[in-house]
Amino acid sequence: MLDKVKNVIVVLSGKGGVGKSTVSTQLALALRQTGHKVGLLDIDLCGPSVPYLLGLEGSDIFQCDEGWVPIYTDESQTLAVMSIGFLLKNRTDPVIWRGPKKTMMIRQFLTDVKWDELDYLIIDTPPGTSDEHITVMECLREVPCNGAIIVTTPQGVALDDVRKEITFCKKTGIKLLGIVENMSGFVCPHCTSCTNIFSSNGGVELAKYAQIPHLGTLPIDPRVGVLAGTTASVLDELPDSTTAEVLRGLVQHLDSITLTA
Amino acid sequence: MEAPPEHCPGVESEQAGKVSACAGCPNQGICSDPNRKVEDPGKALVAESLKDVKNKLLILSGKGGVGKSTVTSLLTRYLARSCPNSNFGVLDIDICGPSQPRLLGALGENVHQSGSGWSPVGIDDNVCLMSIGFLLGSVDDAIIWRGPKKNGMIRQFLSEVDWGNLDLLLLDTPPGTSDEHLSVVSYLKDDTQPESLRAVIVTTPQEVALLDVRKEINFCKKQNIPIVGVIENMSSFRCGNCGNSSEIFPAKTGGAAAMCAEMEVPLLGSLPLDPQIAKACDSGDDITEIKNSTTEALDGICSKIMSSFS
Repeated sequence: MLDKVKNVIVVLSGKGGVGKSTVSTQLALALRQTGHKVGLLDIDLCGPSVPYLLGLEGSDIFQCDEGWVPIYTDESQTLAVMSIGFLLKNRTDPVIWRGPKKTMMIRQFLTDVKWDELDYLIIDTPPGTSDEHITVMECLREVPCNGAIIVTTPQGVALDDVRKEITFCKKTGIKLLGIVENMSGFVCPHCTSCTNIFSSNGGVELAKYAQIPHLGTLPIDPRVGVLAGTTASVLDELPDSTTAEVLRGLVQHLDSITLTA
Repeated sequence: MEAPPEHCPGVESEQAGKVSACAGCPNQGICSDPNRKVEDPGKALVAESLKDVKNKLLILSGKGGVGKSTVTSLLTRYLARSCPNSNFGVLDIDICGPSQPRLLGALGENVHQSGSGWSPVGIDDNVCLMSIGFLLGSVDDAIIWRGPKKNGMIRQFLSEVDWGNLDLLLLDTPPGTSDEHLSVVSYLKDDTQPESLRAVIVTTPQEVALLDVRKEINFCKKQNIPIVGVIENMSSFRCGNCGNSSEIFPAKTGGAAAMCAEMEVPLLGSLPLDPQIAKACDSGDDITEIKNSTTEALDGICSKIMSSFS
């Protein structure tokens, strides 16, 4: 399983809709932009977002002798993507599965996909601490996993669930690489005054409380939202934005960890 | 419980109770009965326990973080205020990420056991709440459970909580179309009164949310749950400084209105993003005192939901 994959990073959050998939896709694109070969695995089976976010909806998965061939975003084959979205006939079809079927599917994604040589495999997860998470952690015991990046928004109702996810990581023995605070503050395009719609600093305080690194704070930037549906990296399109700055820092941080590892 | 015999064909199988492995199995009689109906005994317990609950409303969304729990708490507060003679219950079946104790201002409360089961926590004169959050020692405690344990908990919440007489039970759900959703539907669906269980769908305007919400609508259609309508949350943001509105989550594909037309479900209304309401929700305050465009929109949505039940 994942024999040729050098580093595995899991993107987690107890809460839904905080930006796990957006952070996963932009991190994958940023790692690729800095010269790495990257894989992105979406294990959110009931609500896969990665195919839409990268504009890959409607792609079909092919089978070869060694297993499923992931979808490559372009001919350079530097970003390989796998999601249940590629296996559904229609984008509105629900996947109404209980736990055991989800577990089987995730095992298959980890064992039967021909990932080839990768510098990084990013795993995007659904919210919660249940079947998908337990399965992926069990599987990752057999391969070297670098750790988890936790995504949160700053308001209390999200932090409650994220604290549970941190406990999950501690109990299952996965290393916590740090917290990314997303949707922190919105700069009004009309008057440039910043409103903390979902409050602010919650992620920074949580990082302090849980004694794990704070990896950066991302504002609400509708320009980043507009990039959904393309494989454009924030680093290329909006190089001066806070989002790009945080992502560059994140890539550097990951590179320094994996060099020493 | 005893393990099934080694070559058990499975209770769903045509061969159930008839193959050689079934000889001597204590369940052979049940399996081989041609008129048997395999039904979860929990369903009868739930029906008995909820016999005085008139209507049930599921608050659903395929997507997380769109405001299911916030909408549930806002609807509850509003309904309770506008119908002071009716009783409302809220059940939080998000087992891994319960939010209702915070949103309804009941953090740190305890549930008590009585002769007739767990007593839900009283929020207001005519509102009570049950959530797994009340059973955890600390906010940091994680519920690391696979499906069957979550289903057992949901069954307990429905059959062993002393809900009493309720006009409406609102059920706040986790995102997705999996164990929690299948369980709650199988326990609550009453084929003799198909209209007593309905669903409200919550979404935000951007396509990445609508994508999952379409799946949830198809889930309801497959399970034959009538959909009251769709609520679009976080639809726009009015800057407190200059008063101009901006779209924070751009509706590139037409937002909830276009999705509702395409999926043939009614749109109940849109709720703008409102830092004042968000703050009130985080601290669990009652929002019915606040008067602004968000609460006005909420008022309209509530009357549509009420009229669908009468």
